[in-house]
Amino acid sequence: MKITQDLVLHVAKLARLKLDPHELEKFKKELSSILEYMDVLHEVNTDGVNPTFHTNSTTNALRDDEVWSSQSKDDALSNAPKLLDGCIVVPRVIE
Amino acid sequence: MTVYDAVIGLEVHAQLLTNSKIFCGCSTAFGMEPNTTTCPVCMGMPGVLPVLNKRVADFGIKLGLALNCTMARENIFARKNYFYPDLPKGYQITQYENPLCSDGYLDIEVDGSKKRVGIRRVHMEEDAGKNIHDEKKPLTYIDFNRACVPLLEIVSEPGMASPDEAVAYLKELRQILVYLDICDGNMEEGSFRCDANVSVRKKGSEKLGTRTELKNMNSFRNVRNALDFEIKRHIRIIDSQQEIVQETLLWNPATGVTQSMRTKEESHDYRYFPDPDLVPVIVDDAWIEGMRKILPELPSEKRTRFIQQYGIPAYDAEVLTQTKALADYFERCVALYPAPKDVSNWIMTEVLRVLKEGHGDIRTLRVAPEMLIDLLKLLQGGTISGLKAKEVFDEMASTGKVAYEIIKERGFEQVSDEEELKRIVRDIIKEYPKEAASYRSGKTQILGFFVGQVMKASKGKANPKLLGGIIKEMLEQ
Amino acid sequence: MKAVENFLERIHADTLNAFVSIDEKGAARAAAAAGKAIEQGEEDLLQGIPIAVKDNICTKGIRTTCSSNILKNFVPTYDAHVTEMLKRRGAVILGKTNMDEFAMGSTTTTSNIGPTRNPWDASKTPGGSSGGSAAAVAAGLCAAALGSDTGGSVRQPASFCGITGLKPTYGTVSRFGLVAFASSLDQIGPMGRTARDVAVLYDAIRGHDKRDSTSVPREHLPTSLDGLDMHGIRIGVPDVFFSEGLAHDVERAVRHAISVFRELGADIVTVDLPHIRYGVAVYYIIAPAEASSNLARYDGVRYGVRHGDEKDLFDMYCETRAHGFNSEVKRRIMLGTYALSAGYYDAYYRKASQVRTLIIEDFRRAFTHCDIIAGPTAPITAFGLNEMVDDPLSIYLLDIYTIPANLAGLPALSIPCGFGDEGMPVGLQLMAPAFRDNIILGAAMTFQDHTRFHEVKP
Repeated sequence: MKITQDLVLHVAKLARLKLDPHELEKFKKELSSILEYMDVLHEVNTDGVNPTFHTNSTTNALRDDEVWSSQSKDDALSNAPKLLDGCIVVPRVIE
Repeated sequence: MTVYDAVIGLEVHAQLLTNSKIFCGCSTAFGMEPNTTTCPVCMGMPGVLPVLNKRVADFGIKLGLALNCTMARENIFARKNYFYPDLPKGYQITQYENPLCSDGYLDIEVDGSKKRVGIRRVHMEEDAGKNIHDEKKPLTYIDFNRACVPLLEIVSEPGMASPDEAVAYLKELRQILVYLDICDGNMEEGSFRCDANVSVRKKGSEKLGTRTELKNMNSFRNVRNALDFEIKRHIRIIDSQQEIVQETLLWNPATGVTQSMRTKEESHDYRYFPDPDLVPVIVDDAWIEGMRKILPELPSEKRTRFIQQYGIPAYDAEVLTQTKALADYFERCVALYPAPKDVSNWIMTEVLRVLKEGHGDIRTLRVAPEMLIDLLKLLQGGTISGLKAKEVFDEMASTGKVAYEIIKERGFEQVSDEEELKRIVRDIIKEYPKEAASYRSGKTQILGFFVGQVMKASKGKANPKLLGGIIKEMLEQ
Repeated sequence: MKAVENFLERIHADTLNAFVSIDEKGAARAAAAAGKAIEQGEEDLLQGIPIAVKDNICTKGIRTTCSSNILKNFVPTYDAHVTEMLKRRGAVILGKTNMDEFAMGSTTTTSNIGPTRNPWDASKTPGGSSGGSAAAVAAGLCAAALGSDTGGSVRQPASFCGITGLKPTYGTVSRFGLVAFASSLDQIGPMGRTARDVAVLYDAIRGHDKRDSTSVPREHLPTSLDGLDMHGIRIGVPDVFFSEGLAHDVERAVRHAISVFRELGADIVTVDLPHIRYGVAVYYIIAPAEASSNLARYDGVRYGVRHGDEKDLFDMYCETRAHGFNSEVKRRIMLGTYALSAGYYDAYYRKASQVRTLIIEDFRRAFTHCDIIAGPTAPITAFGLNEMVDDPLSIYLLDIYTIPANLAGLPALSIPCGFGDEGMPVGLQLMAPAFRDNIILGAAMTFQDHTRFHEVKP
């Protein structure tokens, strides 16, 4: 799989990472060689093999519909980088 | 001129009436101070984990049964990855492959003709918080109270051919949700939200046209108007040999047009994958049957039963079953007073009028079924006139007093006692000997004069049904 | 009380950079409470025992940074389940230990506060990502420690620092409050000087927790501290663990350890794990994929260090994450995002998850022939801090022996079993079927009853 600069930029955008030109070049190379290594998987025949997403067989981990007391607003916002009028604020969301 | 068919599919997000959120124990109460019904889980803090609220699956199964769906035995949750300030974890937990319910249908009726609309899927997911935009500054405030509130997303097949059908579908679906007591169906507060996708095709053609998605329709009227506008827009574009752009549009109710959402150029790539923090939810027969057992009668079933059991017209049945509470009210009344059509008439006219005039909900109406029936009995027994009964009902609704008390206080009681009526009639005949003589000489049309005089003398309380006979009898003596 | 003061003094004098934060007040308070409890006759093996906790495990009121700039000011308002359990048992939490940023690495060099050094040779890595915890235990800066293990992050540093470390069966220790790296692989593990220390700590932290859906609801019997009679125990030795890439000095020590078990009565058998060779490829698709999603929450909105919000929202995200993450974390986010993106999901994520199934089946088959699988923890001993930093793939390949236990959710531990040519410790890895953590802990106790490697101090 050839990793192009455009593909690296596309992935970086999806992941919301700003890359400088140096990183862009570096990741292009590294991702190429890592993904090339991953190609060994294509030699494994996986026809009809179910994928594993969980390693234990636990199912139906459910809770009852009970309300616990929420944290205080102060706790909720105690780590917030920017607050205004008791709310977290971010640059305007364009909708 | 080419004739086109519209093809409409609807996606509804129903906010569920659980006590707590879908993956944490915070309250789902609406209208709380911002960020006060949150915890580390719904705020997406580092290291915390989701645990599914069982009742969300219960509700999903109930809706699946009501919509005749097939239930997935193994349910898995997936992550839908995208960045948005109101999405705390950077992904939404939803169902992707194997939704809880699939392949169902909903029957609707438009202008007397029935139609079956396919339900593609119903799945469980979490809601996001709310972005609140500053009026002046270029800022957005975020309230996380709604984050993690449970939703069922109901996706129809593109099976509706007109805005009327779409609205009928939505009304029927909403009524079912409310009947099941799993959603309050409030469109304005956003607990019943609807998106639509629309395309048109030449009549008889199999090939679907390019579709557009519509958002921001928070009332049935908006849905109808937006779809109407959009269908006409599609036809106009096709007729002028142009291409429809596949995009998402916002309905602007103020201007009455749909507007492009300034397409975020990047195509969405949500990178769905199974959420490793949640384990499969196995829905077995016992669970499904348990839910089936407590499934209430659905609106369509109730309508049919009302027509058959009570012999009321289809129109009455539809009005009386609009909410479960109203239907219950009707049935409690009929149980006490087995004259279904009389009860139906009273509810459809007086009860609904009073509710509309601002006395709120049938559940908070101060006239309990027993009280209404007492009034109807007094009316039937001749204690009061029909006109006065309406006045009495109004007062019952605003004061909560029982009918008899009001009738006594206001002196609305009819005089139905024959001796009493005879006494009054005798006095009137004495007072008007000339008129009495002319009656006896054959001018029987003068009877009305005597009725009027007796009513006047009795301040309108004389029972008109008895009065005519008594006057005749006494004049003819 | 006095003991805790001594530990705190030692931590202050530490030149290994093993700790990110020290909780002096909390430790003093906990020590005093433990002292009182002991006076009142409350008996508990953990009462007053000074423990260090990896900095990706949430501690209420104490900074939890994951050795990352993006969380350098983050103070949780909640305790991890394991933190609660330790506190309940009267343990004294001394502070938070250094790690590879977000546990991504095997060297503890990618920390935002700089690398931790190996107590045996300060020019070498302690391994990672729980390098701070391993170094702290080896250097005697704490009695025992908690680490986390996603692909070997407890076992490999335990091996490099000459201590004992357990990665429990997936689901036995609650992940609530463990900052997620790869949720289907992450497991908190105890680290100590001996298998008995590790067993005591393990018993304290495990157990069902309703806040973690993947936590297994089952009864756990206390782990026996008697050691395991090795007679009749079948130890499987897969050839694949002794193939190309294994350093001779490591092989020598590990083979010797296996012969010790044979002398103790164990039957040594050969087992075949044909799909293990794909483990690294599978792991480096699944772990980054999960990580790319788990780390999406570090967006500078609700917590953490925000950058670039003078521009627009998109810039704020990109700048915050560009400044907040080091290049290893970015590399894995990129890799994982790619593996999940449209058009590649089936070829990478789904394919890897299928091969994961085959690896699990390999183990299932192997464990019909043996009770324990033994081999090296890492192919080499600790290397220089500056070696291999520019070659991510060769560093990834060092995880080859530890990754399979995570992929299969199996318990695995590392115990000291000798020293390499440069005098650096070598670790022996023991693996068992799911929920048989007790069997490898018992075997490790027996091994340590008959060897001295765990007693040698740097």
